Amino acid sequence: MTAVEIAADVRAGRRSAREVVEAHLARVAESDGEIHAFLHVDVDGALRAAGRVDDCVARGEDPGPLAGVPIALKDNLCTRGLPTTCASRILEGWLPPYTATAVQRVVERGAIPLGKTNLDEFAMGSSTENSAYGPTRNPRDLHRVPGGSSGGSAAAVAAGFAPLALGSDTGGSIRQPAALCGVVGVKPTYGAVSRYGLIAFASSLDQIGPFATTVADAALLLEAIAGPDPLDSTSWPEALPPIDVRADVAGLRVGLVRELSGEGIAPDVAARVAAAADALGAAGAKVDEVSVPGARYALSAYYLIAPAEASSNLARYDGVRYGLRVARDDISETYGATREQGFGAEVKRRIMLGTYALSAGYYDAYYGQAQRARTLLIRDFAAAYEQFDVLLSPTAPTTAFELGAKTADPLAMYLSDVCTIPTNLAGHPAISVPFGVGVDGLPIGVQVLAPALGEAVMFRVAAALEEMAP
Amino acid sequence: MAAPISRADAEHVARLARLELTAEELDRFTGQLAAVLEHASDVASLDTAGVPPTAHPLHLVNVLREDVVRPSLDRAEVLSMAPAAEGDRFRVPKILGDAP
Repeated sequence: MTAVEIAADVRAGRRSAREVVEAHLARVAESDGEIHAFLHVDVDGALRAAGRVDDCVARGEDPGPLAGVPIALKDNLCTRGLPTTCASRILEGWLPPYTATAVQRVVERGAIPLGKTNLDEFAMGSSTENSAYGPTRNPRDLHRVPGGSSGGSAAAVAAGFAPLALGSDTGGSIRQPAALCGVVGVKPTYGAVSRYGLIAFASSLDQIGPFATTVADAALLLEAIAGPDPLDSTSWPEALPPIDVRADVAGLRVGLVRELSGEGIAPDVAARVAAAADALGAAGAKVDEVSVPGARYALSAYYLIAPAEASSNLARYDGVRYGLRVARDDISETYGATREQGFGAEVKRRIMLGTYALSAGYYDAYYGQAQRARTLLIRDFAAAYEQFDVLLSPTAPTTAFELGAKTADPLAMYLSDVCTIPTNLAGHPAISVPFGVGVDGLPIGVQVLAPALGEAVMFRVAAALEEMAP
Repeated sequence: MAAPISRADAEHVARLARLELTAEELDRFTGQLAAVLEHASDVASLDTAGVPPTAHPLHLVNVLREDVVRPSLDRAEVLSMAPAAEGDRFRVPKILGDAP
């Protein structure tokens, strides 16, 4: 059942939240042993929350637009009193003293959090293999990765554990796993969703967003979490324009991004994107190629900017106020030993890379130059959006790869995000919609990109693709 | 573009980042960081004369909110999660040397 259907049934009293939640928890108990989407399942909390929703309905009140809908939460979203680890040893056993705004909003609207999902440690990765607690497996093929970093949330939705999940997307961490698991994933406009309570990775890029099995469900969840928040001074000060999921693309101008096709994109993925473009054309859209030259070097700029911000954000893990402490005689040695033992290899690598890019003598050549490249990319997008309403590209260059295939070569792993990263640098929204399968029978996602606050038109195109998907 | 990263650079960076890396990690990271920086040479070769840097996608300035008193985090709850606490404070290892 979709979230839209569950909420309608629960609000009308046709179905209890408790039976919905019990059915989903039974599925988790049955198959999460092999998938490992969850790091923590909160059975008691979920049943209590379901009881509150049912009581609300019994009193004749409306529990809200997400009434009784089970939701999975990426474990970098703070949940007061519930473990929040970021899949890192450094936060093992930590119970946050506050709850993320996005989580608060879904709960206030009647959703039922089932638990916290696995991720690449501190959201750094594209396969969920960088979790300190073991990888998540792709429900479509257990030998393959679910993508990442929000692999647990993507897998939870793909496996039917929850119709909705929240993830975070810094360079593609919602859209890429959504594509690899065959579900819908949205990276909203930067600032559209409050980051309060999202554990920071790269603050100018991070954004919380939905996973769902349908475009309409993703829109329902985005509308629940979006909106200004006084607790996040980088949240957009106005409400997100209403989202529209009518599959109507007549007259829309769709630009196929030249730099995100061809070299580096698997032929079966490229073929699905071409088929999506043709389908939109047949439905009345005007489809043409467009050049976004900055997309060519966006990956390089990202892997200087994001680690630079991460090296600063992760300085807070010092063994003083929370998390792991490896005690030594003096504070400086305590920092070094705590961080050596608490962080995994990828996190250390990115802290090193970011510290280097920001260090004296290299700052301008690396970080400064990457920031100027970011400006050029934003200008290229602005030019493209003068001619087109939305842009189209693959979400990921390949279908889901096998576990272990890229763990020894960080650069090969980084290339998994080549199509998603430009959006984050620009602060724009994008959505991944399943559009058929590859030669290996695994899902392929098509990405629809839109200008800042262009979610309304982006969802219309996504709904059309969903309707026409093979 | 700057020269590729050396092992000595990596050691220096690890110190700056307060990471007590093992010799094996230093060797491995030196090579891997060099590969990423090598890939970044496409950014280095861009002509960016006169292009301003972008630090943030939103151009918000002077974000204000109502100055309303609201509850702050519960002190006991916060301190209960500290590796070590004493009274109402975080307890840390020695920061300064002994007095002469």
